[in-house]
Parts: sequence; structure tokens; C-alpha cells
Amino acid sequence: MKTTVLSMLLLASLAGCYREERPDPAPPSPPTESNVRLSEIEPGQKAAPPGVSNQYEENAYALSQGKTLFRKFNCSGCHGQGGGGMGPALMDDKWNYGSEPENIYATIVQGRPNGMPAFGGHLTNEQVWQLVAYVRSMSGQVGVDAAPSRSDEFQSAPPEGRREKEEPKDASDAAAAPKG
Amino acid sequence: MTVRALASLLLLAASSALAAVPAQNALEPHGVQALAIHDLWRLTLLVCTLVFAAVLAAFLYAIWRAPRSKERTAPDVAVLDQPEPKLRRPVVIGVAVSAVLLVVLIVADFVTERRLAHLPLKDAVRIEVTGHLWWWGVRYLDDEPSRMFSTANEIHVPAGKPVILKLNSADVIHSFWAPSLHGKKDLIPGRTALLHFRTDKPGVYRGQCAEFCGFEHALMAFTVVADPPEQYEAWAARQRQPAPAPVTDLQKQGLAVFMRSTCAMCHAIAGTEAGARLGPDLTHLASRSMIASGTLPNTRQYLAAWILDPQRFKKGANMPPTPLSAQDLNALMAYLETLK
Amino acid sequence: MSADANNPVLDRSWSDPPGLIGWLSAINHKTISIRFMLTTMGFFAAGGVLAMIIRLQLARPENKLVGPDFYNQLFTMHGTTMMFLFAVPVMQAVATYLVPLMIGSRGIAFPRMNAFAYWIFLFGGLMLYIAFILDIGPDAGWFAYPPLAGPEYSPGKRMDFWAQLITYTELSGLLEAVILITTIFKMRTPGMTLNRMPLFVWTMLVTSFMVMFAMPSVMLASTALITDRLVGTHFYNPAEGGDVLLWQHLFWFFGHPEVYLIFIPPLGFMSSIIATFARRPIYGYPVMVLAVIATAFLAFSLWVHHMFATNVPELGKSFFTAASAMIAIPTAAQIFCWIATLWAGRLNFRTPMLFALSFFFILTIGGLTGIMLASVSLDLQVHDTFFVVAHLHYVLIGGAVFPLFGAFYYWFPKFTGRLMSERLGKWNFWLMFVGFNVAFFPMHIAGLRGMPRRVYTYPAEMGWNLLNLVSSIGAAILAVGILLFVINVLVSRRRGEVAGADPWGAGTLEWATASPPAPGNFAQPVVVASRFPLWSPGGVAGVVRGLADDRREVLVTSVLDAVPNHRAMMPESSIWPFVSAVAVTVLFVGSIFTPWAVVWGAVLATPPLIVWFWPKRKATQMNLEREVKP
Repeated sequence: MKTTVLSMLLLASLAGCYREERPDPAPPSPPTESNVRLSEIEPGQKAAPPGVSNQYEENAYALSQGKTLFRKFNCSGCHGQGGGGMGPALMDDKWNYGSEPENIYATIVQGRPNGMPAFGGHLTNEQVWQLVAYVRSMSGQVGVDAAPSRSDEFQSAPPEGRREKEEPKDASDAAAAPKG
Repeated sequence: MTVRALASLLLLAASSALAAVPAQNALEPHGVQALAIHDLWRLTLLVCTLVFAAVLAAFLYAIWRAPRSKERTAPDVAVLDQPEPKLRRPVVIGVAVSAVLLVVLIVADFVTERRLAHLPLKDAVRIEVTGHLWWWGVRYLDDEPSRMFSTANEIHVPAGKPVILKLNSADVIHSFWAPSLHGKKDLIPGRTALLHFRTDKPGVYRGQCAEFCGFEHALMAFTVVADPPEQYEAWAARQRQPAPAPVTDLQKQGLAVFMRSTCAMCHAIAGTEAGARLGPDLTHLASRSMIASGTLPNTRQYLAAWILDPQRFKKGANMPPTPLSAQDLNALMAYLETLK
Repeated sequence: MSADANNPVLDRSWSDPPGLIGWLSAINHKTISIRFMLTTMGFFAAGGVLAMIIRLQLARPENKLVGPDFYNQLFTMHGTTMMFLFAVPVMQAVATYLVPLMIGSRGIAFPRMNAFAYWIFLFGGLMLYIAFILDIGPDAGWFAYPPLAGPEYSPGKRMDFWAQLITYTELSGLLEAVILITTIFKMRTPGMTLNRMPLFVWTMLVTSFMVMFAMPSVMLASTALITDRLVGTHFYNPAEGGDVLLWQHLFWFFGHPEVYLIFIPPLGFMSSIIATFARRPIYGYPVMVLAVIATAFLAFSLWVHHMFATNVPELGKSFFTAASAMIAIPTAAQIFCWIATLWAGRLNFRTPMLFALSFFFILTIGGLTGIMLASVSLDLQVHDTFFVVAHLHYVLIGGAVFPLFGAFYYWFPKFTGRLMSERLGKWNFWLMFVGFNVAFFPMHIAGLRGMPRRVYTYPAEMGWNLLNLVSSIGAAILAVGILLFVINVLVSRRRGEVAGADPWGAGTLEWATASPPAPGNFAQPVVVASRFPLWSPGGVAGVVRGLADDRREVLVTSVLDAVPNHRAMMPESSIWPFVSAVAVTVLFVGSIFTPWAVVWGAVLATPPLIVWFWPKRKATQMNLEREVKP
């Protein structure tokens, strides 16, 4: 009985809790061309299944860093605190270029028409993945325990951990949905 | 310990043995306020040592001279119903003397506080210090906005002139503490604190953050350099200049590396297009003696190692590793060395 | 002595039932207290191991034994363990054993709540350590200043576990305080007026009142932190109208009295031990009592001295300098009264006395460095440096831990029936004394020479290397000393010399019971006529007859003069405190993850509480039967 408890505790301590790892939890590798798809070859097809999972979505420190970078690199200059402005809103369910982590990664790194700059060589791989994880948390895609709570700033929306999870619709869904 | 770690430790020891360590010691006061506090310290230490000696002597004498007993020795219960004047007098005197000495120390503290607060502030240099995780942003204020300039982690002041520090924090609570100059003051987000000091002796003083602020609280040091007034003015005039334009091809390549990789996202260099305020201002990087907020000496070797992987020296720091090719790194170093 | 007389009926009434269910249902105050003491000492050992790792890391400059993240967790866990899971609870644990015996009572007030308080404490401590093992241990300091401990700079659940630990330990502490105050005021044996109460009972009374006023402050602060982190309130967010300093005021309004909660009970230990081993009552009983009360009041007027480096108004700070210096006066009065007692006594240097005597060296140094810290000007230099680390360990270890160890040596025979080894005891004492001073004295110097605290490393060229190395060596010696204590306890339990009721020839009522006491403490409660009933001729003026033996009955007396008032029935053993504690744990731990846990946790916790408090028909009937009309 005693040995069982002891070995369980030992195992638990080795496993740790990935959510709490800091300050440098290992990042995912950058997505390759084969697992990032922006659009289908033929119209009407559903989007390909996700190619890359971003384990930063389960790491509280990475999400918190992503939130800090979002503010410090002035993403809110165009995207507001998620409600959009010159750029599209990030806390809703509409995604122009895909809502999967590899899509968002590509968007940040490559830039997009109508004003999204290409941050390619200007951000490290870890920083981009942190931002990707944070952007996904803005519409509630990320688990509640790891999601950021309120920042020490003016608030214009509930903390990310308390937002309803939006069901992402990408551009083809939006076009297919009946209007009105 | 790996050979590599040992080598770098030896190198560090060697380089630091050559350089005199800047004073960071309340018992080595140089600033006028640190001197005032030191006076109070000596008085308090004297009084407390005397009191301790007296109490200890009374205690040791009491246990030395008292007769010994065993568990079954009859207890002295008669005293329960009787006053004991022979014991009462020393106890009353002891309490009275303690109270008087405490009042003396309290008054001495009030006097010292007045001394600390009453620093003439005419023609003071005004500096705004902002605490960050884990570095010090420094901005010299001036009535003429064009004469203001920014630097980081190294503060120059004119010896003999008062300095007013406006202390803010960009994130968590930090504390500005240069013990050879003055006591500490906390930098609290949402509040602006003021710290005045003056040192009459030119010298270099070291300080550290003194309020726990996270991963690298231990490596958040700063330097205060007190220069003779003319030297200070010359320094300030140089700091107000933007960075010189790169001259050689290698330096131009270095600036290009700076702008196209991660550097320009966080660091500003006045005179270039890099204007971000997330990390320390690098306009006059080469004029500073330390980098990484007092962690490493500002030599080419350490600077290069720092840029390639800050996490090796300061784990958890917000500066990411920047993998550069040897060629790019060489060019960047050549450029950064022009930022005097 | 009537107390020694065997009374099997009484023993059976007050015993805890057998078996696992019986073990979980136990509510006898001595049973709970032993568990409580063992648990707190277990946490003390854990906190000590954490400290050893800290000292190993700091033994050399630029050491790479642990990294900054783990180091931050280490000192946070060390501080949290020692302050919340050891220092105050151990005093309450010892008190719940001794106070009923010292006041001549058969039991404690609210025994089921006593058991519940223990389970809550245990579950809180377990929660914290399980979190620590899973890498969810807190890392923002035991004092958790926002914004560092707030939602933005402490992401994840680490600080939520810390904040919830506060809820557990403060709940436990508050309940114990209520129990102790009620016991002391209403269950003293006839004849034991307030004027005849042992000094230890006075210190526990005063401490318990302090707990009632101080702990709500930190519960409020930590609850506000929890809601800031969990649901996004703005108590500590200056951008939305909150204030970072609000935390510091609330925390230190608790935090300063907290250290007196730790310091005042050992003053009672000192008085008990010195009286016995100087073979005379403590000189100046009224002064001793008033000094403790004065200390308690003054303790609430000092808290801003932890905030001298902030920008609160300077004039206000001066007031706190004066108050912080003035609190030395009652303590000085007590020290002088003890020295007078030693002077006029006849001394027996057994191990408990050695530990008590070391107080005069160690605590005096700690108190004097406290006077230094009271001064704003000096504090601005040494605040948040190793000088404060030295000071706090001198007052807490010298003022609380050494007397506590003395108390363990002194009352171990009462708890177990066997004496601890004197030889091991002397080795234990001297190793602890030398190790402690070697470990902590150099820290005064390191702090003055510029070494801040809470740093995981320091540069090699600052001149702190030798001081830190010496400190670490001292810590190792101290650890060996403490290990000897553990060995002494384990060895003496089996093979110690059999003690008998009163091995030390002491004078207070707990020594009138058997060693260990019978489950019902006193076969026939005594009437006392002196502060030292076992010493004074006629100290025991009679016995109380008429209390039932076949059920748990106690005599309730008046507050001031202990005039008998009525007989009260105490509850039988019950598993519902344990079950309620489990349900409340589900509520507390759940609310770390979702606010809805407060709702369904409350729903879960309500039935066990209802069953616990539901009056039992049989008990009500018995009570009615035993009412005697005049």
C-alpha cells in the first residue's frame, strides 16, 4: 500500500503538469507546406483535417506570453482587443484564412492581403506559436484552465478563459450558409 | 561542473578580479543619505549591543549564581502570596531604562528621516526610472523636450548635484536599491514614487532590484555612475545624439541584420527606423559597461553569446534566442560596436 | 490523587471507538491533538528539507543546482509551509492537548469542530503538497504580492492553490481559536479564577483573540485574489480602479499579528518550563499577563512597517516606527521577570530548561534587530535583504521553535508516559543552538553588505561567498540537530524511562493526571485554591462529585471566578466532521478551477453538516432526564 502510493507520487512528479511548465516549454515545430492548406482545389470541398496541433494551447505560460506579445507588438492596433477595427475581429467565429493553428501560423508569418504584415523573420518560432495559441483563446478555443485570465489593463471584454467557445466558420462555410 | 562551465566561471572571475567591484554596500556609504543612515546605524548598533550585553550578563550571572535543584526539590511557594521588592526594583529599572533607550532610538530615527527628506533640490537632474521584467528603463527628463533621452540599466549623475528619480513600473512591483547611495524605494504599478539622492564623490555604484519580481529578480542589477559635472554634461550631450550612421559595408550589413531579424521588434536605436520600446534602448549600447541589466560585462564575446541565446544566462528573460549565421552575427557586432 | 484513580466506566465513555471508522470518528481532544502535532511536525520537516535545498543552492555563487523557476517554488513553499502549516497550527495543537488538562477539565469545547478543524488543516496541507509535486506549486512568495501573484504575471493555477491553502488554514485556525476561547472561559475547574490560571493558558487565550481579528483580513485578501484570478475582478488592478497596495495592507494587517500568534504561545511554554525548573512561581504574574495582552493589542498597530519602502505617506510611517519600537517594552518586561525568577530560583538544567534558556540569547538578538528594522531610515537599507531573513529566523526560531522543542521535551512524558533521553536531548540542543547561530548570524552581515533576499543566485565578485557558505554549513548542523530530536522521539517512545504522573515535580494541574492521561482526564475534577495546586499546601481544596461517568459530561463554570454553572453533555464520537471536511475540500479545490464549484460544492457539503448537527433523540432525552429543578 505504502509503496503503491509512493510510486504513484513519484510518477506524478515526473509527469508534472504540462499546463504549468515554464519558462520555456518546448514549442511545436513550424508547420510544413504539406500540412497548411488555405483552400481546396475544387470549390465545395470541406477543409482538410488539421495537420498540426499546438501544445502551447495547453500551457498557461505560453498563452500568457502570447497575450503579452499581442499587446506589446501592437496587434491591437488593427485587431482591437479582439473586436477588430482596421483588421478583422479575432474573438468571433469568422475566419478568413482558416482557424486551425497552422493556418494562423501561416497568416502571421506570411502576412495577408489588405494590411496584415508578414512577420516572418521578425518573430521567433516560439513567439509565433505563443501568439497562435493566444489568438485561438480569444474565441474560446482553448481549455479554461490554461486560458489567460484578465490582464492588468483596461478591460473591454471578459477574460479569455470566461468566453463562450465560438464554432469557427471559415470563408467557404460563410459563403455556403443561407443569408438572412 | 562541465569544463565549459568551469572555463566561463574562471573567465568571469578573472575579468571581475581585474575590474574593481562597484560598491553595493550599506556599510560603505558614499551618498549623503546613505551616510546619514550609516550614522543612525552606528548609534543603533551601539545601543543594541550594550543592551544585549547587559541582558546577557544579567541572565548569565543569574543562572551562574543560583543554587542547583533536582526534580524533587521542594518548590518555593511562599512567594505566591508575598510581594518581592528585591526583585521588583531591578525589573522596574530594566523596563524604564529600556523605554528611555527606545525613545532615544525613535527620536534618532525621526531626526534621520528629516535629514533624508531635507535634501536641497535646486538644479536637480530629473530621471524617470521604469521597472521592467527584468531590466531598468531610464529616461532623462528636461524642460526642453528635445533634450530628453533614453537609456537603460546604467544611470549617470553629476557628483555634487541632487538627483530626483521618478519611479514607475511597467509590470510588477520592483524596488530601486543602491545601498551606497540611499535606502530603497519600491516601484509600484499604478503609482509614481520619488527618490532623491545626492553623492558628492565621483564613483561607480551598483544596485539591485530588491522586491521579488519573478524568474530573474536575482539578475536585475543596475549601475549608477557619478561623474564630475563637466564629464556628466559631456556624457549627456553624447547620449542626446542619435546613433551614428554605419560607415563600412560590414556595419551597414549589421544594421540590415538588426532591422530584418527580431531585434527591431523590441529595441530602439535613435537615428534608425527601429523605434520599439519593449526592450532596453540600444542607441548608445557600446557606452555601457554591463549588459543584461548588470549580468554580463559588455564585451564582444559576451554580447554575441547573449544575443544568440539570452536564456543561457538569464532563463526566463523576455528576450528570445536569435539564431544568426556567423556572418550575420559578425556584421551585427560590427554595427553594435559603433553605438558609443 | 483522585485523578490517578482508575475509573473504567469513565474511560469507556470518553474513549474513541476502535477500527478504521473509529479512527476517522475520533473526537477526544488528546487524540486529535496528537495527530495535529504529528502533522504539523511533518510539515516542519518538509519545510526544513526545502530550506536545505535552498541553502545548498546558495552555498556557492552562480550555482546551478536548481534553476530560477524551481527556486522560486522552493522558497515560496518553505515560507508557506512554515508560516501557515507549522508555526501557528502547532501552537494550537499543543494547546488543545494541554489547556483542558491545565484547567482541570474532562474535555474541550466543541470537540467535533476540533476534529473538523484538524481534517480541514490536513486536507489543505495535502492539497498544497500534491500540487507542488505536480509542478503546480506556488512560486510568487509566501506573501504573494500582486501584480506578480495576479492573473497576468502568474498564469496557470499555481497561485490559486496558494490562495486556497490560505482559506483552509485560516478556517482551521479560526475554529481552533473559538474552541480555545470557549474552553478557557467556560470550562475551568471550580476555584480557578482568571487570577489563578496558568500563564500558558493566558497566552493561548490572548492568541486566540488575536486569531479572530487577524485571520479574516488575510481570508478577505486571498479571496479577492482568487476572484481576480478566476473570474476577472479588479481588486488589485490599478487600471480599473483597484490598488496594488490594498493587498499589502490587508495581508500585513494579518501578517504582523501572525508572527505574534507564533511568538505568544511559546511565552507560555517559557513560563511553564522556567517555573518548574527554577522551583518557584514566575515573578510578576500580573505583569506577565498584562504584558501579553499589551503585546496583542500593539501587534495590530505595526503592519505598515512591512511597507516602509512603498510610497505611503512619510508621516504615517513615523507612527509605525514608534509603535514597532514600543512593542518591545512588554516583551522586555517579560524577559526581566523571567530573569528575576531565575535569579531567585533554584535551577535544574534538564533539556527542557536548556531550550527555554536559549531564548534569552537568540530572541534577544532577534528582538534587537527588530528595533533596528522599526526605524524607517534603517529599514530602507535592510528591508528585503538577508538582514530581514536573519531577523525573522532569530525571532521565530529563537522565540518559538526553541521553546517549542523545550515544550516537547517537557510534556513528552505526559503525552506518552515515557521520558525522552537526556543524553540525546543535550546533543540535540547544542547542535541546534550552534547550527542555528552559524547559519543565521552571517545573514545579518550579508544583508547589510547588499545581498537582497529571494534571489536564486548571486555574482561571485560581490563579497558574499564566504558568508553564504558558512550559513549553509550552519544549516546542515541545524538539520542534524533536528534529526536527533526525531531519533530521540522514536527511541524514547519504546525505551524511554517510565515517567509517572509528575516526573518533573511541577505544580500545575496537568501533572495531576496519569501519563498519558485517562481518556476522561480527571476521574474526579478538583477544586483549586492556588495558582500551583500541586505545590501549595491546600492547593487542591476538594473534588467535584456528581458528574456522570457513563456519558460524556463536563462542568461549565463562570468566566471570571469559575463558579460552577451547569453540567453540559459533550457529543459522542462522530464521523461527520471527517465527511464534512471531505465535502468542503471538494468545494475548495473545485473552486480553484470553476466558480460553479461554490454552488455544487455547497450542495455537497450541506448534508454531512446537517447530519452532524442534527440533535440525537437519545442525547436530548438524557439531557432532559438529568435536569434538576431547584
